[in-house]
Amino acid sequence: MSHHTHEHDVLVIGAGGAGLRAAIAASAAGARVGVVCKSLLGKAHTVMAEGGIAASLANVDERDGWRVHFADTMRGGQYLNNWRMAELHAKEAPERVRELEAWGALFDRTDDGRILQRNFGGHAYPRLAHVGDRTGLEMIRTLQDHGVHQGIDVHMEVTITRLLKDGERVAGAFGYDRELGRFHVFRAPAVILATGGIGRAFRITSNSWEYTGDGHTLAYDAGAELLDMEFVQFHPTGMVWPPSVRGILVTEGVRGEGGVLRNSEGRRFMFDDIPPLYRDSTAGSEEEGWRYVRGDREARRPPELLTRDHVARMILREVREGRGSPHGGAFLDIAWIKDRVEDGAEHIRRKLPSMYHQFKQLADLDITEEPMEVGPTTHYAMGGIRVDGDTQMTSVPGLLAAGECASGLHGANRLGGNSLSDLLVFGARAGEHAASFAAEHGAPGVDERAVEEAKRTALEPFERTGGDDDEGPYVVQYALQDLMQDRVGIIRRAADLEEAIGRVAELRDRAARTAVRGNREYNPGWHTALDLHNLLTVSEMIARSALARPESRGAHTRDDHPGKDAEWGKVNLVIRKAGDGSMEIRREAIPPMPGELEAIIEEQG
Amino acid sequence: MPHATFEIWRGDAEAGAFASYETEYDEGMVVLDVVHRIQAEQANDLAVRWNCKAGKCGSCSAEVNGSPKLMCMTRMNTLPTDQAITVEPMRSFPLVRDLVTDVSWNYDVKKCIQPFRPRPPDAEDGTWRFDQRDADRVQEFRKCIECFLCQDVCHVLREHHLHERFIGPRFFVHSAALEMHPLDVEDRRGELKEAGGIGYCNITKCCTKVCPEHITITDNAIIPLKERVVDRFYDPVRRLFRVFSK
Repeated sequence: MSHHTHEHDVLVIGAGGAGLRAAIAASAAGARVGVVCKSLLGKAHTVMAEGGIAASLANVDERDGWRVHFADTMRGGQYLNNWRMAELHAKEAPERVRELEAWGALFDRTDDGRILQRNFGGHAYPRLAHVGDRTGLEMIRTLQDHGVHQGIDVHMEVTITRLLKDGERVAGAFGYDRELGRFHVFRAPAVILATGGIGRAFRITSNSWEYTGDGHTLAYDAGAELLDMEFVQFHPTGMVWPPSVRGILVTEGVRGEGGVLRNSEGRRFMFDDIPPLYRDSTAGSEEEGWRYVRGDREARRPPELLTRDHVARMILREVREGRGSPHGGAFLDIAWIKDRVEDGAEHIRRKLPSMYHQFKQLADLDITEEPMEVGPTTHYAMGGIRVDGDTQMTSVPGLLAAGECASGLHGANRLGGNSLSDLLVFGARAGEHAASFAAEHGAPGVDERAVEEAKRTALEPFERTGGDDDEGPYVVQYALQDLMQDRVGIIRRAADLEEAIGRVAELRDRAARTAVRGNREYNPGWHTALDLHNLLTVSEMIARSALARPESRGAHTRDDHPGKDAEWGKVNLVIRKAGDGSMEIRREAIPPMPGELEAIIEEQG
Repeated sequence: MPHATFEIWRGDAEAGAFASYETEYDEGMVVLDVVHRIQAEQANDLAVRWNCKAGKCGSCSAEVNGSPKLMCMTRMNTLPTDQAITVEPMRSFPLVRDLVTDVSWNYDVKKCIQPFRPRPPDAEDGTWRFDQRDADRVQEFRKCIECFLCQDVCHVLREHHLHERFIGPRFFVHSAALEMHPLDVEDRRGELKEAGGIGYCNITKCCTKVCPEHITITDNAIIPLKERVVDRFYDPVRRLFRVFSK
């Protein structure tokens, strides 16, 4: 069976913020770069990011700086973060943002004409460079429009199903195009995974169909290690009504602009329970919280801007205790600020245009008049492929990872706004290091047997039609999503997790029997059948890691182990594929932090 | 549960026809949800593009009951369900399969437009200063999600097939975003007139009507660009000046 062959120095898999930034960096370093994306260029999930890019430009509050950003990131991550990545990220984010402006991004401005920054959960000062509430679109379009003039080859609507190796090192990748189902072999001495997240493993998610854990699984199958997979962020505010839009994101920017959470009794329940780490920095009254939103530097943050894990649990508690909104969420009210700001409705529409539009069109609701109903939605994987903090290299030589599919920066919980800056900082680093790795190492050989096997595996779903017990891939996908949502969701218990692990194995057997109709040309049934392997693999990783960590920390909440355990605060969980094909999981101590970083944490409190 | 009949275009570049599907749908559903339900339950191989399902990525463009729409933003309660709802691919682009079209021409066009070129930085630290008002003028154009519905509906492309001589409303919006960018110093008037074919647009405003982002394409982007082109090439004083400066 034939295939097309492409040769690159650096192959980037994924064309969201991290992939595009990596491609631009590798190209600037002189490499011949190819980018493979599952969708059309510019449609990646980065467009959904709304709030902004966290970078301590200190344009709004001169007390900000990389040290504060570093300390905020570590505190938010409950100190499980890779401290080297948190340091590099805090130091380099401002330069990466200024560079976007030089490439044409148009951020909102301060009164003196500089880049405006907004408040966000867990950030001590206004830190998020933004464009209304469509910052992700601005970022991806800027990178896309800059990137297409850099001589980068873009392979659109191509899905990679396997990484190719030459001995220990990576040698390229194998995949198919959606249009005609043709097979492609990409030969490259350096491969960057920038495939995003795993949200499609859950029923309620803010993520698109692409987020099936492809990079995680490609890396795992190629022998790379993964880290901290138990930490899945459930964003506190997803839409809950109508049912068909359940999970779609409502930006944290609503709360940054003064939106408040209330239960069915009208109570601002976020004041009821403030975690000790944040007690000193949280407002003591509603009035103080409002002053903070309006830029009073002496005021402390309203509790709606506490970290996402905490806000999500608080909403869930109100719902469980019978004080939720009619459709099982909480009320998020921005309309109330009309009494406090001039021309309030217009102010809301200008600050939150896509939210206004989204609710008006999808829920028949005017957010300048009525509160929104919101509830937690699967949003982001903090865990992922283990990388070196400086180079983004995985444990497989020549294989790098950046963005959401990589791990380390965010620890147990990611702060809003740190994702877009992560994409830029580590995308650029991955691109540079991939280019230098490719220049130092010659072209690898490609194992033809592995290519033939990849083709056979890809075509298997077509061979299975006609059996009595065959079922479509969507049935298995939905069953997995229900299982993960119900057993491995926000609140976890050992018994549920054990059951989930067993049932994932059963679903794997069912997936191996899924039958596909039609032919290879743009056949979503076939694509879904092939994605199942990835979804099942990351689901098993999440469930096993969640079971292995008997404590509650950051985004990982164990009902049967409600407190934090100091010993578990010193270790990461590392996953890799054992020689016999089983999933191996082990504890590894976090290396001690250098004195100067330790001092920053102490000084920032 | 309410019930609907969907007539969905099935086929490829060679041949195709509407296929009929009976299905139930839930309160609040959009057309894309129903198409997905049909795909999951009756037609696993039904080809459809989508990503964000929130009107932000511009992938699920199609013609619903004959009018160009994002399927993810078209609610069922806005359509009459006492008759069949038709869903077909964008007709101005070559068909790949079912509801998926080949939109690669758009990507080729964009590559030919002069990229952003900023003036030298205003401050010593390499940054710029400009007013929110100056940003606001352009931010409308930068809302574009590249769904290409404006290209789909434009007569010059849809009926006259002038793809080789006319870049279409999407790329006038893109050009306007660059030309009116507070920092940009490139001059794209020549390419708008020649390769861009801006003169072919006869301002029927069809593009503006279908834009899901409500960008005022004709009035705010195309007409000001036409004026700039006219100023550059047909202004008698400037022409005289060009004669003398040769």
